[in-house]
Amino acid sequence: MTRQMTGAQMVVQALKDQGVDTVFGYPGGAVLPIYDEIFQQNDIRHFLVRHEQGAVHAAEGYARSTGKPGVVLVTSGPGATNAVTGITDALMDSIPLVVLTGQVPTFMIGNDAFQEADTVGITRPCTKHNWLVKETDRLSGVIHEAFHVATSGRPGPVLIDIPKDVQFASGAYTPPAKADLGHYQPRVKGDQAAIEALVALMETAKRPIFYTGGGVINSGPSASQLLRELVDATNFPVTSTLMGLGAYPASGKRWLGMLGMHGLYEANMAMHGCDLMINVGARFDDRITGRVDAFSPGSQKAHIDIDPSSINKVIHVDIPIIGDVGHVLEDLLRIWKARGRKTHKEGLKQWWADIDDWRRIRCLDFTPSKKTIKPQDALVRLEALTKDHPNRFITTEVGQHQMWAAQYLGFEDPNRWMTSGGLGTMGYGFPASIGVQVAHPDALVINVAGEASWLMNMQEMGTAAQYRLPVKQFILNNERLGMVRQWQELLHGERYSHSWSEALPDFVKLADAFGAKGILCTDPADLDDAIMEMLNHDGPVLFDCLVEKHENCFPMIPSGEPHNKMLLGENADTSSAIGNTGAVLV
Amino acid sequence: MNALKIKKGATSHSAYNLRSNFSDTQEQHTLAVVVDNEAGVLARVIGLFSGRGYNIESLTVAEIDHEGKRSRITVVTTGTPQIIEQIKSQLDRIVPVHEVHDLTVEGPSVERELALFKVAGAGEKRVEALRIAEIFRASVVDSTLESFVFELTGTPEKIDAFADLMRPLGLVEVARTGVAALSRGAGA
Ligand SMILES: Cc1cc2nc3c(=O)[nH]c(=O)nc-3n(C[C@H](O)[C@H](O)[C@H](O)COP(=O)(O)OP(=O)(O)OC[C@H]3O[C@@H](n4cnc5c(N)ncnc54)[C@H](O)[C@@H]3O)c2cc1C
Ligand SMILES: Cc1ncc(C[n+]2csc(CCOP(=O)(O)OP(=O)(O)O)c2C)c(N)n1
Repeated sequence: MTRQMTGAQMVVQALKDQGVDTVFGYPGGAVLPIYDEIFQQNDIRHFLVRHEQGAVHAAEGYARSTGKPGVVLVTSGPGATNAVTGITDALMDSIPLVVLTGQVPTFMIGNDAFQEADTVGITRPCTKHNWLVKETDRLSGVIHEAFHVATSGRPGPVLIDIPKDVQFASGAYTPPAKADLGHYQPRVKGDQAAIEALVALMETAKRPIFYTGGGVINSGPSASQLLRELVDATNFPVTSTLMGLGAYPASGKRWLGMLGMHGLYEANMAMHGCDLMINVGARFDDRITGRVDAFSPGSQKAHIDIDPSSINKVIHVDIPIIGDVGHVLEDLLRIWKARGRKTHKEGLKQWWADIDDWRRIRCLDFTPSKKTIKPQDALVRLEALTKDHPNRFITTEVGQHQMWAAQYLGFEDPNRWMTSGGLGTMGYGFPASIGVQVAHPDALVINVAGEASWLMNMQEMGTAAQYRLPVKQFILNNERLGMVRQWQELLHGERYSHSWSEALPDFVKLADAFGAKGILCTDPADLDDAIMEMLNHDGPVLFDCLVEKHENCFPMIPSGEPHNKMLLGENADTSSAIGNTGAVLV
Repeated sequence: MNALKIKKGATSHSAYNLRSNFSDTQEQHTLAVVVDNEAGVLARVIGLFSGRGYNIESLTVAEIDHEGKRSRITVVTTGTPQIIEQIKSQLDRIVPVHEVHDLTVEGPSVERELALFKVAGAGEKRVEALRIAEIFRASVVDSTLESFVFELTGTPEKIDAFADLMRPLGLVEVARTGVAALSRGAGA
């Protein structure tokens, strides 16, 4: 027995059947029938953003912090094109999203109709898959398939373009159980022989390292659990990309901190000098590898990844294992245990001694100032005052503040850290914090921001105010496009071409204008009190933290250098480093 | 800060210096890609090649199973072994792609292409064109007093060779279908 309903009703029914209770969107002519249905029900909450890009980032924040797909609803033409940046961001960072766009009626497609854009054409390269649905009968089936594609294998954004006449017309509703999910069924189990080969290498490696990434987070909390068990049982050191922070706890003994361009000295040195690199759900991004031909020259490399196209894309690996992190780690752990839990204890002892030498450099040390707030200091204080909060989530914008947040804040659990890594989208953090807060109404949600990034989606103040979302906007205001300025200083002869944040608003007044709370902090001595004031305020807060304007973010691996050629801040104690560096290079 | 040793005023520095550690020998491969015959599927495949900077030497596409709504795309591409592997895995993750076969490595295969050649001329050249066409077993599908259209089926190399011979004899236009290819033997 099939149920007949309109296309617009199908959208709402299919979302409900997929367990969706939250949609971020913005209405317009081509989606009015769907908005009409949303109006007439109470199961799905719709959050009205102030710009479609904001809707997509909010959905990303929602998705990353819950493990569920985020859902977006926008109109045709400008609604769809405004969403493109967010969709691309989600593709790069493997975030599952289902984006619904309205389209002009089927009989007008191709006529340059009002607010017509070739949405499937525009979004083909920035979605995992997309559909233009021209028959109402197919609509519900496509929506179910869309959720399947977005969430299985390597997650990503999908888009369904729905012409207005399809929303009005009636058709037969297909429930999820009856839907044809197509042949898309990525493999999750890793090849046993390859896993055994990796175990054999783990048993003899003297300088092993786990290099973990966003794939561990994508795989779900149990994958992080397995990773912890494996790391602690083997006593191997572990580092992570920007996207994988929290999979292994920052307080863990074997944690080396983030690696890569702005990663920690010990993490990068260990990657450079290891003899066995076990990549778990990371993709050898160029922020990690630096100069490819000098990347970890002496190691054998294993790579666990669900997407075969990630394997051997950048770095040749010796043991590729295609599968889901959770599934593969489970097998890996089981086989390693069954073969007698062997590791090279002597080698590991020396390896940890090397690592401890590198740690002694204290690459994140800085001199706090009594006059101006150092951005690092602001984050150290923020960390001290919030790390024991039972339910803390951090989002970031893009720039120096993002890197400092990754360096100075500690993440104990997965899904607590949302940042735009692959696309590096300024303007991501504020709407993302809104999405996180919507998903976790009682949590402490802080967006660590730079003033320039924050301004890119500041219109979302309206959203935060309307829904009384107590998101804390922690703006490290250096009145500069700091990251750009740093590159200009280091790579472009100190020619600061257009890297100033001119004509900045008074953020306190700006907050006030939206009925939110604004706090200005300029004196290091006031920092703690000001942060506490922010935390204690039950509502959205704009925290304008005026920081040192010309601070650089270190460590930094500069222009095409290998991992062992890092630039360090002036406080790092390099005296003991040199000898060890040479030792590791061989 | 000066650890970078970049002179004040220097311009040519960036963080990208990504020399790859893979082999750089170029190989030509023929790929057969079985896809759902749905709107936009060809755009997805072509967009992948243009978006990621891969080469397309030849491309043919046609429906091969009307009932099952499947099409077969045959792509001839060149690249380093690592790029060829990337192309295959990238193709394979397009949702409506069912199968990707690398006919160049999956055992022996046959490749054929059909081409039409318009050759115009008179006298000796016209006679010579007809003679060569016979040698190649090209058939005449149109003729006027001053022109022929030849039809030729064969490997791309054979078609190239024929075109080279026709050029001095008054070749006006060529139309080629691109390569269709199948593996030899009973298996699919
Ligand atoms: C200003 C700036 C500076 C940056 N600096 C750094 C830096 O210093 N260090 C750093 O690390 N990053 C840095 N980044 C981020 C960087 O650009 C990349 O986004 C990041 O390194 C990629 O992380 P990842 O390798 O974990 O891959 P992700 O993009 O998270 O990809 C995940 C990988 O795991 C796979 N995967 C997904 N799901 C699964 C599953 N279930 N099972 C198995 N595999 C799966 C995917 O196929 C993919 O290959 C910076 C970004 C910006 C904007
Ligand atoms: C949309 C977008 N435009 C441009 C850039 C290039 N970019 C990267 S960081 C940065 C400066 C960010 O400044 P701010 O938000 O103030 O952070 P800071 O680096 O000062 O901490 C710019 C312009 C980008 N990443 N995203």
